[in-house]
This record gives sequence, C-alpha cells and structure tokens, in this order.
Amino acid sequence: MITLTHYLVLSALLFGLGLYAVLTRRNAVAMLMGIELMLNAANINLVAFNKYAAPGAIQGQIFALIVITLAACEAAVGLALILAAYRRFETTYVDDLTLMKW
Amino acid sequence: MTGEAIAFYVLAAITLASGIVVVTSPNLVHSAVALIPALLGVTGVYILLNAEFLAGIQVLIYAGGITVLILFVIMLTEGGTGLRVRQRNEQGPIAAAVAAAVAALFVALAGGRRGRGRFRRTRRARSGRVFSARTCCCSRGRRSCCS
Repeated sequence: MITLTHYLVLSALLFGLGLYAVLTRRNAVAMLMGIELMLNAANINLVAFNKYAAPGAIQGQIFALIVITLAACEAAVGLALILAAYRRFETTYVDDLTLMKW
Repeated sequence: MTGEAIAFYVLAAITLASGIVVVTSPNLVHSAVALIPALLGVTGVYILLNAEFLAGIQVLIYAGGITVLILFVIMLTEGGTGLRVRQRNEQGPIAAAVAAAVAALFVALAGGRRGRGRFRRTRRARSGRVFSARTCCCSRGRRSCCS
C-alpha cells in the first residue's frame, strides 16, 4: 500500500541528490542538472499532496505545471548565461569565474 | 505486493539510480544522458499519482526539451567528456553531509505526520458515515465553518 510518505521520501532523496550535485560539481552545466533534479523533487511533492490530501482539487497539479514552466525558462536563461560566459572566459568551471569576486 | 507498489518501487529505483549517475559521473555527457531516465521515472510517478497531463508535459518539456538543450550546451562549451579534468571540487564530504542532513530532515518531516496530522483525507463522524474534512463541521451543525 503506497501512502503519501513513500512519495515524500522519494522526493526528499531526489532533492538531496540534486543538492549534492549543486554543491559538489565544478561544471556549471552539471550544477544546472542538479537544479533540475531539485525542481522535479518539489514537483513530486506537490502532485503527491494533490492526490492524497486534496483528492478533488487540481491546484497541486497546476502549481507543478507552473514550476515546470519556470524550470524550463530558467534552464534556458541559465544555459544562455553559461554560453556567454564561456565565450568570454573560455571556461565553464565555476571555480574560475571569479571576475566579480571582491 | 500490489501492482501499484511494484510500479512505485521500480520507478523510484530507476529515478534514484539515474540521479546518482547524474550526480557522481566523471563523464559530463554520461550525466546529461542519465538525466533522461531520471525524468522519465518522475513521469511514471506522475502517472501513478493520477496526473497524466502533467506526465505528458514532463516528457515533452523536460525529457524532450531541457535535456536536449543541456546536451547542446555541453557540446558547444567543450565541457568535454571530463575524463582528464576533475569534475568535483574539494567540498565532497561536507556537501554529502549537508545533502544527507537536508534529506533526513525532509524524511523526518514526512514520517512524523502519519495518522496524527491534518492530511487525512476523511474523518469518520460518530454515526459512522464518512465525510471529507471540509464538510465535517457543517454536518455536525456548527455554523462557524459553514458559509
């Protein structure tokens, strides 16, 4: 019997994986992949609560849809930023992007 | 083991295993390609949660759009396969501890409401009939929460 807790645990583990990727990886594109994993974990949470806590409602799915849209836009903008930075600095490793460090 | 349980565990295994490959692979292209089964596993989870439209949108936008975009940028920026370049910084153990702590916090928050929390779907009135949480006050005759 799959309860709400199963989905929440799956979402928590996926979020931890994404967080580990953002904290550890040196390549900016790999950090972005971690961010996508975290957004998907949040979406699983939203849709799971939609099914188990408010079965007749659709607001959870609408919220998840908005999150998917925002994630797509943010990934596009982030990747454009990475390309622009690569064109200027010849590197995508965030350790080397220190121009604005004080 | 019901079919739903089998499906959930299979999809969770696919998602988490692909997530581990995304996060720890020294080859950047392997990470990007492993993102696809991770997102398709999440699609399966949406279908289990009766969100079929969202599952379709997930496949279209995430697996079909964002991963392709990521692969484009990997190819254009010569992140390369990364086999000669170190892909992880020095903060591995601390980051693992922080991520594990955050995940443990969420798991503790998830498990702590079992049976006692507000998210039970129905509540049985004294007569034994089943009401949803919104109508229980109205059925007991309290006017405070009936509009």
